[in-house]
Amino acid sequence: MSNTYDVVVIGAGSAGTPAAMYLASAGLRVLCLDRNASAGQGSNKCAIGGIRATHSEPSKVRLCLDSISTFSRWREEEGDDIGWLRGGYTYVAYEQKTADLLKRMLPVQRAAGLDIDWAGPETIAAIVPGIAREGLLGGTWSPGDGSASPMESVYAFCRKARRAGAEFRFGEAVTGMEVSGGRVEAVVTGSGRYPCGWVVNCSGSQAREVAGMAGAEVRVDPDCHEAGVTEAVERFFTPMVVDIRRIPGSANYYFYQHTTGQVVFCITPDPPITGICTRETSEFLPLVAPRMVGLLPRLANLKVRRTWRGTYPQTPDGSPLIGRVGPGNHVAALGMCGQGFMLGPGTGALVSRLITGALRPGDSEVLTALDPARRFGGEEALK
Amino acid sequence: MSTERTQRRIASHPVLACPEPEYVRFGFDGEELMGRRGEMVSSALFANGIRVFGHHRADGGAQGIFCANGQCSQCNLLIDGVLQKGCVTALAEGMDVRSVEGLTALAEKPGPDVPAPSTVETDVLVIGAGPAGLAAALELGRAGARTILVDDKERPGGKLVLQTHKFFGSEEDCYAGTRGIEIASILAGQLASQPSVEVWTSSTVLAVFSDGLVGVRRPGGYVLVRPRHLLTASGAREKSLVFPGNTLPGVYGAGAFQTLVNRDLIRSSDRIFIVGGGNVGLIAAYHALQAGMKVAGLVEAMPSCGGYKVHADKIRRLGVPIHTGHTILAAHGTEALEAVTIAGVDGSFRPVPGTERTFRADTLLVAVGLDPVNEFHRKAVEFGIPASMAGDAEEIAEASAAMFSGRIRGMEIACSLGLCLEEPPADWIEKGAVLKSPGGAVHPYSVPAGREGVFPVLHCMQEIPCNPCMTSCPKNLIGTSGHPILGIPEYSEGCIGCEKCVSVCPGLAITLVDFRKDPARPTVSIPFELDSTGLKAGMGLELTDREGGSLGKGVLLATREVPGGRRTVLLRIAVAAEIASRVAGVRVQTDADTAPEPEAWEAPLADDAIVCRCERVTAGEIRSHLRGGVRDLNELKALTRAGFGACGGKTCRMLLARIAREEGIPPSEIELLTERPLFAETPLGFFSGRCPE
Repeated sequence: MSNTYDVVVIGAGSAGTPAAMYLASAGLRVLCLDRNASAGQGSNKCAIGGIRATHSEPSKVRLCLDSISTFSRWREEEGDDIGWLRGGYTYVAYEQKTADLLKRMLPVQRAAGLDIDWAGPETIAAIVPGIAREGLLGGTWSPGDGSASPMESVYAFCRKARRAGAEFRFGEAVTGMEVSGGRVEAVVTGSGRYPCGWVVNCSGSQAREVAGMAGAEVRVDPDCHEAGVTEAVERFFTPMVVDIRRIPGSANYYFYQHTTGQVVFCITPDPPITGICTRETSEFLPLVAPRMVGLLPRLANLKVRRTWRGTYPQTPDGSPLIGRVGPGNHVAALGMCGQGFMLGPGTGALVSRLITGALRPGDSEVLTALDPARRFGGEEALK
Repeated sequence: MSTERTQRRIASHPVLACPEPEYVRFGFDGEELMGRRGEMVSSALFANGIRVFGHHRADGGAQGIFCANGQCSQCNLLIDGVLQKGCVTALAEGMDVRSVEGLTALAEKPGPDVPAPSTVETDVLVIGAGPAGLAAALELGRAGARTILVDDKERPGGKLVLQTHKFFGSEEDCYAGTRGIEIASILAGQLASQPSVEVWTSSTVLAVFSDGLVGVRRPGGYVLVRPRHLLTASGAREKSLVFPGNTLPGVYGAGAFQTLVNRDLIRSSDRIFIVGGGNVGLIAAYHALQAGMKVAGLVEAMPSCGGYKVHADKIRRLGVPIHTGHTILAAHGTEALEAVTIAGVDGSFRPVPGTERTFRADTLLVAVGLDPVNEFHRKAVEFGIPASMAGDAEEIAEASAAMFSGRIRGMEIACSLGLCLEEPPADWIEKGAVLKSPGGAVHPYSVPAGREGVFPVLHCMQEIPCNPCMTSCPKNLIGTSGHPILGIPEYSEGCIGCEKCVSVCPGLAITLVDFRKDPARPTVSIPFELDSTGLKAGMGLELTDREGGSLGKGVLLATREVPGGRRTVLLRIAVAAEIASRVAGVRVQTDADTAPEPEAWEAPLADDAIVCRCERVTAGEIRSHLRGGVRDLNELKALTRAGFGACGGKTCRMLLARIAREEGIPPSEIELLTERPLFAETPLGFFSGRCPE
């Protein structure tokens, strides 16, 4: 038997594990490499767990609708509890310009298949009991969105991938790729050399460095975001609440109540803090707490349990890089812009179809829109 | 609704003052109860005989206090509608306290009204106002360094305020012979005259951040401190143990016990059992006896106790059986502890079938060692903040050593900041090491054969850092041929019978034998620190030798409280001449107090033991994942939720590593848990500086 893998997947995180799962399930011989000690220990464990198809870019809507169908049916079909909750997403508006922006996107989103509508303040107040009413203009409501546990999901994907024959090797950082004749011949780590037919690059925040080993340039530049989780209490609201008002120090912030009863939250610093740094700062809680408590005053009583900092591998336009780049068998699933968890299953399935030559109608449009070598014109409005 | 529950409080204590409580009324699950104003709510419940505070959402397991130190959240209660730790919430008139049954609803009323977060700069931030932190702050104050000393308790002193026993060490270096509770007051008093030192009590350090700031939750709001130097003197936390029943209310650490009993004067137990023969466990047994409780026994897995021999002998003499070479098999009970089962262990510390014995007890103290609380220091080092440690945070040792290391660190830090008064004297480093020494060699024991005159008998045969007997003798008759602090004390002729050495010895290991009045019935003076109010001249007392062996009866002639003897009473007992030099103590417990049940109870399965208390993760789940190949504790955490809880893995972190070792997995294969803030859960409102209307 040849020691060549059909596919080497680099990275066992939000994107890599579902990719390995779909590829192995399609009958390919798959090896998934990760530099950490176990799956999901890079950015996946830093994700707060939100899963939405509410984006402005139609290809992202489609990928995430596909992901949601995987997450939402997982327990029924596979048996693992991954903490899926169809709690919906609401983007709330307290300023007319926010309301206008959100409303403008609705036709595009609906055309891509998203169940989303505009809700008035009464409806928003019913969805988020206790929300500050002063100035509340309403918000979007996409009831099909939800949340799940990033780590439990990755483990579930990993288990299924293994059942389908995929191998995982941890503690192995990729140190090089052997490229010849416009193809990656083998992926090299500190412990071994792995000849391969395809490479699926899911290296997250290390995208530039790892793609560079294949001679490919990808425009992925991480920035840093902090997040937190609270104690567990009885459910008091269901959706992910997103407030995209930009104020000095921060852009948007968002929070939801997980199936465990814990509230998980995150904020986007403004200006962004570029680079890769996972060290906690003193700025996060004083930045996020007033905004959350201002929006939902009852949160003042909720105790913060833990905070952490992760990275968002950003692209110039806020959409991921999916498809071939550099050597002809080097496929990127990169630049997830902090949405790797929600994009993961949809992306993994698409990459698998690309490699097995089983593209479906509509896939080409998505691959064109997310082509790693595209011209970066617009910008995702709901980054 | 009545207030007729008997108050389980300590009304008299041989060492501690027991003022009449000022009572207030409060409600618990609708029942009206009485508690002492300002005491911790958990203590008020214990005083009313209530130790089940709710049931866990995951498996319905009964919940109660565990750390009694504001760390673990096991004692969470709904207090006036808000979920709070009972052990750090002061009782007020009319409080409505409710047990926590599963998940609770988030309070809707406005959050705490606090000012906006503020930032302050200081030369030195000292975390922990225990013996090390206080001593360091004193030196920093002397050098004029702007110092903030932070402690999460209402008053400084750390664990000193729980220590009713006299300290070891040397008098000149660390108050040897003085009780811990008194040392706390002395140090805090000295600190009050240092203008450059601010003491922030009731203030909890939440995190050391990568930007050089340290987050502190104060009663007045959230403060970010930017220190030029961070000194971590946050002491230690008790190790835990995995055995079935280990989370039953009534099973907790020796520190929690001392908090309930010595700080809050609660008669928390009638009959206790102890796991662990280190100094902490031995001293806890002693504290229980002082508080008038029965101690059914103590198990120690090793062939001998790790604590000082004088501590072990002291409780043996009082009638506490020490079962060396034994381990705890199980704690029994449904809602709270009813009994414990122990068993002998083989050479590999595995229980030997057939050796099980069960003892009735309402409280089991787990005293199996301490782990340094050093996470703040490790973060500071990671983030490049100048930092050092003192006391148990640096190395587990006695409080006497902690004070000494605090002084040294204080001087060193002052010098590093250019505020040097003096470098720590060169011999201090060596002396510090001496004070840290665990119990050393045990020398052969012999009693003086003489039957005339008056002389002390030194029942102290182990090299430990302690010498008050040598410095207290007015005639300088006690010395040593060994190390001046560690050496075994030796007596040379010339005793005047002043009893000073008897009353000062922290180990209660000196008696005075006086043949002068009646050579046939000499008098032996024995130091006694239990309740002596019932002791009357003419009573027969059960005498024991040094290790608790029976020597028959003696007749109490008189009790004497030594002036300046720090509440140690001397019992003068007439005994037979041939045993006079061997008499070392009197027994207070009877055989019935320590007898096992007629038959051992059946122990539940070892896999049912809880490893993560917060999330109720069992040893069986952990072992099954380790056997399935999991080596990254972060993965284990995500798979089982062990370490996800309120305490932040403070207890289970070490247990996970220990189970991995027991499974034969080399530590090099184990990836440790990532540590993240916050150190203690804190309401979002604290950081918002903006309160809801």
